[in-house]
Amino acid sequence: MHRRLVPPMVEGDHTFATVTDKISDVTLKKRTPFGWFIGFGISFMVAQLLLFTVVWLLINGIGIWGNNHPVMWAFDIINFVWWIGIGHAGTLISAILLLLNQKWRTSINRFAEAMTLFAVACAAMFPLLHTGRPWLAAYWLFPYPNTMGIWPQFRSPLIWDVFAVSTYATVSALFWYVGLIPDFATLRDRAKNKAFKFVYAILSWGWRGSARHWHRYELAYLILAGLSTPLVLSVHSIVSFDFAVSQLPGWHATIFPPYFVAGAIFAGFAMVLILCIPLRHWYNMKDFITDTHLVNMGKVMLATGLIVVYGYAMEGFFGWYSAAEYEWFMIHNRVWTGPYWWAYWLLLLCNGLSIQLLWFKRFRESEFWLFLISVVVSIGMWLERFVIIVTSLNRDFLPSSWAMYSPRVFDWTMFIGTIGFFFTLLFLFVRFVPIISIFEVRTLLPQANVHGHQQDFEENVNEVEYTYDRTDPPNPEPAK
Amino acid sequence: MPSNDSKQNFAALRSKILAQNGKEYWRSVEEFVDAPEFEEFVKQEYPEHAEVWDNSLSRRNFVKVMGASLALAGLSGCVYQPPEKIVPYVSQPENMLPGKPLFFATTFTLGGQAMGLLGKSYDGRPIKVEGNPDHPNSRGATDVRAQASLLDMYDPDRAKEITYRGHPRTWQIFSNEVRSALEQNRVDGGAGVRFLTQTVTSPTLVDQFRRLGTELPRAKWIQYEPVNNDNAMAGARMAFGSPVQTVYHIDRAEKILSLDADIFSSFNVGYINDYAKGRQYSEEKKQINRLYTVESKMSLTGAKADHRLAVKPSQVAEVARAIAVALGVPGATSTYAENAQWITAMARDLQASRGRSVVIAGDTASPTVHALAHAMNAALGNVGQTVSYIDPLSPNADRTQVEQLRELIAEIDAGIVKMLVILGGNPVYDTPADLKLSFDRIRDKVPLRIYLGTHQNETSEICHWHIPEKHYLEAWGDARAYDGTVSLMQPLISPIYDSHSIYEVVQLFFRENFDMRDYDIVKGFWQTQNFAMAGNPGTGAQPAAQTQPQQQAATAQGGNPQPAAAAAPSPNPQGDITQAGGSTMANATPARPGAGTAVTGNNFEDRWRSVVHLGLIPGTAGTPRTMSVNTAFLTQPQPAPQTAAGPLEINILPDPSVYDGRFNNNGWLQELPKPLTKVTWENIAYISPRTAERLGLNQDRKYNPYSGGPEGTSFINTRGGNLHSDLVTLTYQGESIKKQVPVWILPGQPDDVITIFMGYGRWRSGKVGENLGYNAFDVMRSDAMNHGVGDIRAIGEQVNVASTQTHFNMENRDLLRRVDVEQFNANPNMGHQEDFYDKSMYPYQQHQEVYNNNHKWAMTIDINNCVGCNACVVACQAENNIPVVGKEQIERSREMHWLRIDAYYKGTDINNPEGPAFQPILCQQCEQAPCEVVCPVHATVHSADGLNDMVYNRCVGTRYCSNNCPYKVRRFNFFLYQDWETPQFKLMRNPEVTVRSRGVMEKCTFCVQRIAAARIESQKDGRAVQDGEVVTACQAACPTNVFSFGDWHDQNSQIAKAKKDPRNYVLLNELNTQPRVTYMAGLKNQNKEMPDYNPTQWGGKTGEQHNAEAQPGIRGEESH
Repeated sequence: MHRRLVPPMVEGDHTFATVTDKISDVTLKKRTPFGWFIGFGISFMVAQLLLFTVVWLLINGIGIWGNNHPVMWAFDIINFVWWIGIGHAGTLISAILLLLNQKWRTSINRFAEAMTLFAVACAAMFPLLHTGRPWLAAYWLFPYPNTMGIWPQFRSPLIWDVFAVSTYATVSALFWYVGLIPDFATLRDRAKNKAFKFVYAILSWGWRGSARHWHRYELAYLILAGLSTPLVLSVHSIVSFDFAVSQLPGWHATIFPPYFVAGAIFAGFAMVLILCIPLRHWYNMKDFITDTHLVNMGKVMLATGLIVVYGYAMEGFFGWYSAAEYEWFMIHNRVWTGPYWWAYWLLLLCNGLSIQLLWFKRFRESEFWLFLISVVVSIGMWLERFVIIVTSLNRDFLPSSWAMYSPRVFDWTMFIGTIGFFFTLLFLFVRFVPIISIFEVRTLLPQANVHGHQQDFEENVNEVEYTYDRTDPPNPEPAK
Repeated sequence: MPSNDSKQNFAALRSKILAQNGKEYWRSVEEFVDAPEFEEFVKQEYPEHAEVWDNSLSRRNFVKVMGASLALAGLSGCVYQPPEKIVPYVSQPENMLPGKPLFFATTFTLGGQAMGLLGKSYDGRPIKVEGNPDHPNSRGATDVRAQASLLDMYDPDRAKEITYRGHPRTWQIFSNEVRSALEQNRVDGGAGVRFLTQTVTSPTLVDQFRRLGTELPRAKWIQYEPVNNDNAMAGARMAFGSPVQTVYHIDRAEKILSLDADIFSSFNVGYINDYAKGRQYSEEKKQINRLYTVESKMSLTGAKADHRLAVKPSQVAEVARAIAVALGVPGATSTYAENAQWITAMARDLQASRGRSVVIAGDTASPTVHALAHAMNAALGNVGQTVSYIDPLSPNADRTQVEQLRELIAEIDAGIVKMLVILGGNPVYDTPADLKLSFDRIRDKVPLRIYLGTHQNETSEICHWHIPEKHYLEAWGDARAYDGTVSLMQPLISPIYDSHSIYEVVQLFFRENFDMRDYDIVKGFWQTQNFAMAGNPGTGAQPAAQTQPQQQAATAQGGNPQPAAAAAPSPNPQGDITQAGGSTMANATPARPGAGTAVTGNNFEDRWRSVVHLGLIPGTAGTPRTMSVNTAFLTQPQPAPQTAAGPLEINILPDPSVYDGRFNNNGWLQELPKPLTKVTWENIAYISPRTAERLGLNQDRKYNPYSGGPEGTSFINTRGGNLHSDLVTLTYQGESIKKQVPVWILPGQPDDVITIFMGYGRWRSGKVGENLGYNAFDVMRSDAMNHGVGDIRAIGEQVNVASTQTHFNMENRDLLRRVDVEQFNANPNMGHQEDFYDKSMYPYQQHQEVYNNNHKWAMTIDINNCVGCNACVVACQAENNIPVVGKEQIERSREMHWLRIDAYYKGTDINNPEGPAFQPILCQQCEQAPCEVVCPVHATVHSADGLNDMVYNRCVGTRYCSNNCPYKVRRFNFFLYQDWETPQFKLMRNPEVTVRSRGVMEKCTFCVQRIAAARIESQKDGRAVQDGEVVTACQAACPTNVFSFGDWHDQNSQIAKAKKDPRNYVLLNELNTQPRVTYMAGLKNQNKEMPDYNPTQWGGKTGEQHNAEAQPGIRGEESH
């Protein structure tokens, strides 16, 4: 094997078999690393905070949080929007990049999608639990036929949310699962443990890898990708309507949908980086999640981050340009004169300034810096929702009603608890499901490119190498 | 069959208990539980409880027993009403219709003064009080304390049984023991017997004491309460040589000068109403009164004043002298040189209105100021016009209450007092520090101490006997209003606990007929009075306006609140009692055939029934006395001001909510934001911004670091400043308050003056009020009851203060408008707003069609009349079952008041601001309500008559509606705030209003239950709802007619007229929410010659003046 032929998407000397071995062994053969138990244990413990908080919440009411009058929404909705935003990268990577034929998506899509699902699971908790009477909200928000003839109010963005988020969760889950079926079959075939074999057999729905199966699979996957694509744009647009539809200065802005979607992708990629950088180390997956992937993700972050910064600028501009007293006051209050000015500047620092490093290759290629920037961006995106929600609500039209908001213990335990819950699910995922799509990575191997596809591939590779890996030593002669 | 058994047993038990006590099937829980049958019955019914049944009355057991007793009482037919005949106020064909409220006239007293009320009773449970339109000190309105007094009656912390040294006793035992003790005292004419009461104006009680004086000639009766009119009486003695009660007729005054008089915080609803009459502005009446205030603190009166002068307490007399000189009071001299221009210009203005001005001295002002005020009124020719004098309302006015108390304490110390009977009040708590009726003082000196009081408190703790006192809604009685009118108290419910009224206890001390019910005592007294005679003459110049102004006022203003369902017959304007009684009695008591004949009958029963029905005895107002001012006092030497005790001057005021501490255990009042600071649940000390800066108090987070808005000052910032108040040790006249005092920077407070408040720091009050705040009585001195000198010293600690409003600056927004009346007259369209109603993208015309075919309920709120007294806030709370959330929740900004009063200062200089001005905010009932479209479950929807309804059952609590409400009027039940357990509160609640649960949003609905009641009535009669038939709770309580409410379609209605007024404006009009509530700009009537003349207007955008063809209010007609 010559280096020249190794596509940058898969590094090292891999054949179909080695790819399959390497990925499936994580689940089937290798001893579960000790680190996994530590990580899972900590996450699971932290997740208990969530359980405890939710129980306490249901017993006492949402008064245990810091929400007050006029800041009726606070951590609950901040966290909701934050998680939903994070949940965007998975589908974007799976669907939009698939449709755009971006091959580099292949090795990260699996856990990006998983992350999406888990983030949506965390997010979905908040809209329900933040209501005063969740036991009623759980079904009154759905348009179920009832004898009273009472329907939800379809003019309310919260109802749109219900549809948007539940649709998104459903399609994402299906998409993820359909993509997993061939890999489950692989695991089933390789599993020695009877129980594992049985479970994987169930999960793989009798997949035999026949041409017909593959045909159906490709179709289904493409359809789901097509379905997911608009969802990527719609979900966060609709979440942004929760704010944009209101008349509150700071919420009532036409720029919100694109600005929120960009912010979501921004936050999502940050989270994918946060997850995949340690993952490729711990499971020695640098062959599959290559530096190229990291660099590409860094570029996407830079692009979407710049859109978000543009959104900030436009909010300020509209505040001034509207000549509306309350809008302009809101900007003043948010940026300079209000009590939460620090949150805004911190947000600019996290989301605006930190990503400027990504213009430079040195930072883009450094795992350490990418990880750091991603963490900072995640904090920044959380702060962005804090700024939008809390600083807009805490000082609005009538100064007599102005009041400060500060989170209470249970706000933090709920938030941190969802993070624990998220990582608990991720650790389970890493242990029991192939973290990288086996069969798709195999398609990246040169052996997969038969019937003249090789040519396309090489062009691709050359192009990628040309645009990116200019520091590599000259390649040896291609083997023919 | 066991069930059959138990039924029979129960019947037997019931009949037994009923037989024992007549109609009072149980008088005390103890009595009830002691019955062996009861125990047996419980054992059979609840065998699992038989073993654990504990006869001691722990609280837990009490609740159990209360539940059982009430349930059992309910079985015998829902009879809560007292056994004597009481007369409903309303005309009802039958006295009681289940589910229909009845109104009974009764009387609430504070400081001895009466306020006539109508108690609203549902199936025998009083659930709300309204003002008695016929009463001079109510005129249909009430104040905060009268509204909140209802909660006092249902207070679960009330004393429930007679106790001797803490052990339960019966009335019989008490009566025997006290009488045998009395017998020993009779030998020396009762020389050792002392009665200590609060201020008493009750003719019956005065007569009882008079008669008792003949039996016990050496016994003494002392009146004391910390808030009294000692200074007024002393001032009258200085000026006239004898004490008189001064009655002001503020409605006839064009110019009012208040000398440290807080007209608007005091109990006197009549005066507030008079002020509002003179202040009322309309197309027809463009002249409004002008209010000057000289005051030594920041008060509501100062906030409302057109010109205000803040001076130190010690300077008030000097300023008053200077004003007297400027007014040409003969013999007046002054050395006061400051504020000369202010004083001369003001004096000139007063002189321009001779006979149509009034000078009012406050109760806290020194006697000299009172005497000077009398001299000034005489010099201005106001006597007989705007001021009249009547005999003092309570006896023994020749000696001040403090003198009486001092003598009592001296006698106690001397060991003369053998038997101290404390009737009401709480003297152990509220006597001045140097005359403290403390346990140490009386433990060995007074062998028998008897206390009559509603609660187990500081005083009951040190008395042998504690007799629970009846609440006024449970008792018969009488009292006088400020003008002398006798007002009658009748019970709406038989006493919830084993309690007795003051009349019954005093009666025990007579040789004969000692065991009488208050009903017999009060009625018996009036039987001896030929009170029908009083109604005929005596209606001189003064009572003509005093005792019968309500009818005129009511018609002129479109009906000053009569309770909606009460359709109360108006009393005869002639004030003829028999006439008035006859016409109403015919309706009230159909059982009497030919009641009309009673008109001619002069028998007592008829007259009695009619006065009880009316709640007052017409024509009993005091006869004006002619007094002549003797200015000799002007030459008397002035006591030298004390300055030795400290560099600061301090005044002590009654708390605006809990008064002198008697309402300390009242959750509604505790949670009521104090009018100027919006502080709840504690008392604070006012300090001026400059003094605070000088002393470095509340400075660590300055009040304007993040001010926001172009005016640059926020006065009190959202976070910091006052909310984290510095604690100081406060020294007054050489003594320190035991607890540390939080200071509060109050713009408008005179420099170097600290104002502290009574009513807190109670160490034995109840679950609600105990140990809140500091106790001003620690330092109050008998020679410095109201103000003195002292100092404060920061201790370097801070404390959180719970305030419902933290930002008192309008940020130059067009929210609260107050304009100069002259400018407004010159350009009435200055406040014109464009109406954007057709700018909506939504099919608004369809809504309009619906609205046009239905009632169009709407409200206007006249800022010009609002004095910020808070009565509406408590009335709303009582009417709508609004819960109390507690201090911690208020600190977290979760108060539940549906109606709040916003206060805003104006100006950029925190040391010299204007205002604050007040703006009541309730749900604006937007036609294009932002809350409705965002609710995902249709829990807030619009009714056809334009109300923004809340469907509590449907609400899941997403709280989006509140976020989208620009007026922030929605309230959320973050926790289960309602008390669902306490049986007393179950009785108290308004049955027509849902008791909200946890997780539900709530808000004002224009008292939709009252609208529904009126609609049902009108539909029964097959007519439309008439103007004035629906009166919201806030509107009913308001003493100044701030609220107008009605059907906007009705072109002749008060509301339609108000909406056409050029002062009318929409709050946040640019949001196009089309609210049904609109505001009417306040007016300032400033004197151009005054040095502080400042005609710039509040709110509104100056220069934006239109010659508008359409007023905002006219849209309704156009769209017809």
